[in-house]
Amino acid sequence: MSTFLGIPGLRKTQPAHDPNILPGTAPIPDEPLRWGQDFPHAAREALKNEQMRRNLGHATATIRAKRAQVVGEAPDWEDLRDTGSQLKINTLAALPALLEQFETNFTARGGTVHWARDAQEANEIVTALIKATGETEVVKVKSMATQEIGLNEYLAEHDIAAYETDLAELIVQLGEDMPSHILVPAIHRNRAEIKDIFLRRMEHTPEGMTDAPRELAMAAREHLRKKFLAAKVAISGANFAAADTGTLTVVESEGNGRMCLTLPETLITVMGIEKIIPSFTDLEVFMQLLPRSSTGERMNPYTSLWTGVTPGDGPQNVHIVLVDAGRTKALADDVGRAALKCIRCSACLNVCPVYERVGGHAYGSVYPGPIGAILTPQLTGSTGHSDPNNSLPFASSLCGACFDACPVKIDIPSLLVHLRARVVDEDKAAHRPTGWGAAMSAASYVMADSKRFALAEKGTGALRALAGKKGYVAKLPFPANGWTQSRDLPAPPKETFRQWWDRTHPQDSDPATQNNGDNNE
Amino acid sequence: MRIALAATCIADAMFPSAPIATVKILERLGHTVVFPKEQTCCGQMHINTGFLDKAVPVIENHVNTFAPVLDNEWDAIVIPSGSCAGAIRHQQAMTCTRAGKLELAKTATAVAAKTYELSELLIDVLGVTDVGAYFPHRVTFHPTCHSMRLLRVGDRPYQLLKAVEGIDLVELPSADQCCGFGGTFAVKNADTSSAMLADKVSNIESTGARVVSAGDYSCLMHIGGGLNRKKSDVTTMHLAEILASTKEDPYQPSQPWDTSHVIEVATK
Repeated sequence: MSTFLGIPGLRKTQPAHDPNILPGTAPIPDEPLRWGQDFPHAAREALKNEQMRRNLGHATATIRAKRAQVVGEAPDWEDLRDTGSQLKINTLAALPALLEQFETNFTARGGTVHWARDAQEANEIVTALIKATGETEVVKVKSMATQEIGLNEYLAEHDIAAYETDLAELIVQLGEDMPSHILVPAIHRNRAEIKDIFLRRMEHTPEGMTDAPRELAMAAREHLRKKFLAAKVAISGANFAAADTGTLTVVESEGNGRMCLTLPETLITVMGIEKIIPSFTDLEVFMQLLPRSSTGERMNPYTSLWTGVTPGDGPQNVHIVLVDAGRTKALADDVGRAALKCIRCSACLNVCPVYERVGGHAYGSVYPGPIGAILTPQLTGSTGHSDPNNSLPFASSLCGACFDACPVKIDIPSLLVHLRARVVDEDKAAHRPTGWGAAMSAASYVMADSKRFALAEKGTGALRALAGKKGYVAKLPFPANGWTQSRDLPAPPKETFRQWWDRTHPQDSDPATQNNGDNNE
Repeated sequence: MRIALAATCIADAMFPSAPIATVKILERLGHTVVFPKEQTCCGQMHINTGFLDKAVPVIENHVNTFAPVLDNEWDAIVIPSGSCAGAIRHQQAMTCTRAGKLELAKTATAVAAKTYELSELLIDVLGVTDVGAYFPHRVTFHPTCHSMRLLRVGDRPYQLLKAVEGIDLVELPSADQCCGFGGTFAVKNADTSSAMLADKVSNIESTGARVVSAGDYSCLMHIGGGLNRKKSDVTTMHLAEILASTKEDPYQPSQPWDTSHVIEVATK
């Protein structure tokens, strides 16, 4: 896909093969939810980038500690989680009615509601709305939904420059990079790299700018201030949309969102349909859950709420584009739909040992980490056996840290298993034989019967021979070579437990354990 | 009490020392242990790899083997593995239901309700924390993910270890971080798994412990494999093996890992 064609304020674009492109940059893909290699291969590449691993380890550890502290001080945290979870379950159960209720209320207050079936439709609607204003530049509030549909690139192709105003999002945009985290899109970058990106790609940077966070922030502020004051059109996402009042919410830390939501004449919000909440009063629950889970703060600095148009105050031309883009499909799966409870707090990313080591780009989607592994494949669907997104449900050790951290109690490990089964079943339906399938069938046959199992145990002698005198195996043939890459395997014991039991408990004639007189040991 | 032992497939074949130790502890405490021989595996590997259909016959065998507990043939079932207990309690019924085997799902749930991981059985059912063990070595404990987050065994293993005479129990830094095993994850995502293991191994070595213990032999197989590759002096032992060890019968790991790992019994 194209880069930011003709955007003023950007230095000339570097070609992708340019050695000046920072390591760890993910080129802008055609499909924001499906790019690069499958997870194991992408992870292998990512693990070579030690700088990124250090950046990420440091950042996630900091957020983890902050979150743990503010969650620990909330005496009713588990009650809040239960309530938030149930509210989202109720929302999904009544989504069509709630969406229509929202539409009625938003429209009654002077806003315009648009419906988009997919990314293409959403992009077309937004572009047409901007074209109608005659503007060629827009400012943006950080929005996962617009990342998901690839809005910035689409606008660039239609001669509209979209300026990201969130600091981390700006870093990603200037670096012609992809986000690697839901909350902190540039989490894979450290101060030195950010300074480097600013010096190279920002039109004006202060004389003698160092990589001190404050100096970097001030440089970005100066760069952005001009955009805020000039922009006639802003684009945002939304954290919540209350059906009973038609109120939209944006939760942020920097104030850039407040600028975008109040200064321009036209405001276009792009939102996934699952962001609806039944009632305005439900915000009291979510506004306690989200900041603590997300940034580890008791309260975020800026919460903006708007309900259609307020005459004489703020944008007078207000729109929302409600995006489906695979959500209805996910909703139809009674297990998989739980992924739609997500409020995009990113707590699951920050506690995930896999994410922490491989980073966001390895997931090949703007939704990385545990939530990405269950959301992305459902939103995109599968294109078949070689779809890299089919590897995402397997990109987890099922340690469960994500489930514990999730403020709306999405049982991510169970969803991962469910989606793994979906991948397996798809292969089976296509009559595609796989190595794993053969191995699992054989194991199932053996393990469904203790006689067969005892017989198979006798086969471990070969492994014992392989281990020899030293008592372990350091090199196994394919496919087990994945194990011996970093781990030895002990020699199996000369005596299985079963054999020990028979030897030491010969009097064991418990009627319930009678082996039908057939000793197979 | 009459307690049925589920040995787990991996321990039966590869690490019999854990179920052997479990038998020794329970017999020492005056209970009768039985070993229902029809048992093989709980189905966890098939479930977590996504082969839910293939898991069903394995689960069926497990449920049928242990169903006599519902007729009070035994008072409880013990399994020396947090992840197998987790699969039994949280996944078997779901897998059967998905396959349309609703009766089996019901029986699985009932059997699961009488199934306990070792530390749960000792503390919650038998009401003991001091099992009369003696183990004069420096030990660090890795709380395995499924025992911690799926079963919520909490500090039960630590309570049991703290009561062991002579033990020098040291805290493991970042203890709650996964070791990277994750069943087939270790092979399918070997690079990521190895990166996780490397951090776990250095945390273990930083404690100066002679032994790293856990309640799951699968995770210990992973950690031990990493330690052995590094020619580390730290050896792996199941929680049961430490609790089985006494002055009269000091526990020797039955695994023929590199002989330098065999723990010398300290004589006072």
